[in-house]
Amino acid sequence: MTWTDLKSDLAATGYVASDDLAMALHLSLVLGRPLLLEGAAGVGKTQVAKTLAELKDTRLIRLQCYEGLDAAAAIYEWNYQRQLLSIRAAANEDTSSEEIEERIFSDKFLLRRPLLEAIQQETAPVLLIDEIDRADEEFEAYLLEVLSDFQISIPELGTIEATTRPHVVLTANGARDLSDALRRRCIYSFVDYPDRTAELAILNKRNPGIEARLAGQIVGFVQALRKEDLEKKPGVAETLDWAAALSGLGINDLAEDPVALQASLVCLLKTQADRAAIPAEVAQRLAGKAA
Amino acid sequence: MPATRFPARAGGTAERMADFMAHLRANGLPVGPPETEIALKAFTNIKAWDTTEARLALKAICAGDADRFARFDDLFDAYWLNGGRERQGFTTREERRTKHRVPTFGPGVDRSARSGEKGTLDQPDGDDASDGAEQSGDGRLVASRLRNIEKVDLRELMMPEDLKRAERVAERFGKTIRDRRSRRRKAARRGAQLDLRRIARTSVSAGGEPIRLLKRRRPDRPVHLVALLDVSGSMTVYARVFLAFLKGLMSADQRTDAYLFHTRLVPISDALRDHDSLRAVNRLSLLADGFGGGTRIGANLTQFNAQYAAQRVNGRSVVVILSDGYDSDPPDVIAAALQRLKKRGCRIVWLNPLKGWKDYEPVAAGMAAALPHIDLFAPANTLEDLAALEPQLQRL
Repeated sequence: MTWTDLKSDLAATGYVASDDLAMALHLSLVLGRPLLLEGAAGVGKTQVAKTLAELKDTRLIRLQCYEGLDAAAAIYEWNYQRQLLSIRAAANEDTSSEEIEERIFSDKFLLRRPLLEAIQQETAPVLLIDEIDRADEEFEAYLLEVLSDFQISIPELGTIEATTRPHVVLTANGARDLSDALRRRCIYSFVDYPDRTAELAILNKRNPGIEARLAGQIVGFVQALRKEDLEKKPGVAETLDWAAALSGLGINDLAEDPVALQASLVCLLKTQADRAAIPAEVAQRLAGKAA
Repeated sequence: MPATRFPARAGGTAERMADFMAHLRANGLPVGPPETEIALKAFTNIKAWDTTEARLALKAICAGDADRFARFDDLFDAYWLNGGRERQGFTTREERRTKHRVPTFGPGVDRSARSGEKGTLDQPDGDDASDGAEQSGDGRLVASRLRNIEKVDLRELMMPEDLKRAERVAERFGKTIRDRRSRRRKAARRGAQLDLRRIARTSVSAGGEPIRLLKRRRPDRPVHLVALLDVSGSMTVYARVFLAFLKGLMSADQRTDAYLFHTRLVPISDALRDHDSLRAVNRLSLLADGFGGGTRIGANLTQFNAQYAAQRVNGRSVVVILSDGYDSDPPDVIAAALQRLKKRGCRIVWLNPLKGWKDYEPVAAGMAAALPHIDLFAPANTLEDLAALEPQLQRL
């Protein structure tokens, strides 16, 4: 498969990828390297992993990172309470302590967290490590180890080798600088807001019922809106929401009903300051330009 | 399409690729043999003779972060399509001289602002001629645009995007100062350690079985920043950037406080918190109608002690004073004020834009009087200076 095939396959599944992204994804698949995606919120980084899972027809295993995420929550944990109950129950039986130990540190008592789960699948899943920049640096170091060897050592059970190598997709949006070690291990792509044609294609893919003229207006409006000085620029997800909202409201032309237009902007502008920055007149001007 | 002209000794694909990586390295991308290997492997999977494909593939492999991602096309053109200039006598002296790696700035950085800059890599320095041994004979291709805004004296930074960058540096600065953790441990919902005392206590209800594992951790003990900015006549040239710097400090942490002073002391925290930079500046100019006048550092610090310090400054504060130390009050006033401030248990950082100048000595009477009470006295006339403070701040 070439990268252009991959690009058209993605498009068929409903994801319009840029050349940069399609090539990066292709290379990460053929070279078996993790793919690191950076970009503003709402440009469709997470969606790449979802689409890839759909395309490959495998499971998507997701690890959402957050501050304080530790190995126990990401890799594995012993089911402590269950072990304790088991010991209690065994106390009345006539079993040796070795037997008990063997029993409570067996597979049955192991709680698999996403990373361990991902390397034990029969078919290679897509492992999405979302917002890696939110996790602490220690976790990043641990992740590096897992991503390079694809094996996890559990002291009580020994080393667990990967049955299959998952396709790893990492996303980040700049909450903190990632280490160069992690960057170097990954294939990198920066996902930007789509340009006009790409966004129109996305809108038509995701919302096929929409009228061509309105779709053009919507995309034009959002593109113009992103050029305004906003705290939080609307992403692709917001565009899609807004398109759905407009069709729900029965609006066929942005310039037609200023009040409804202004009201529907809640889909695009998500902070009070941004709402204040785009008063009705500005919205009208943008709508006029988009038409 | 222009023919690709390779440096004299380039041989097969592998060697060219290695040479390209060296070219990237010379332009500041952290790539090495592993990348060369992946790139060669990748080339077996794509149509390597197609420029577009090769470009996309190499970009995905070598870029690594948003800034490099944006720069990569230029570097690629420079090497493979002869878009760059052949340069003789390239050494990496410059990189060695600036030990602190400049902070990475995000995408969309205006690089045009940097190109017209002085003292950059383009020409070998005058003294380079003497150490000819360091210079290799063959030329290197260098994309014509260079990073390195940080060397400019802050006075030259007046463009909005530069102010933005100052804000970024400030954010890092603020984070470095702020992130501290306590030595002691407290009960917490999640944490690294088991809290045996609580486990024992709760296990009583389960007949002595420790069913619930309770944790404890070292709580954060964030440091508060209080910034005092001198906007007197001698400091006007730096005022805008320092204001942007303060704004960055404020946005990094809501608890930061900021004050301006010239002949009076003006609290500006509220105005700076305005998310709209332009409006913030307008509000500030209303507040600070003495901008560019004389300075009374001593009197202002005394007033700060009397009026604000009680609520704002404690043992977990760092007071940052941005001033050149030219004071019209007698020097003992400033010494007394700092001494009193110091008694609150805070640490005092004095950032002086003059200190970055060659042969600067803190001879201004006010500055000399202040020195014994200061924990960190550092230059602040380039963004790089500010960024380079990080390790020292961590030790405060």
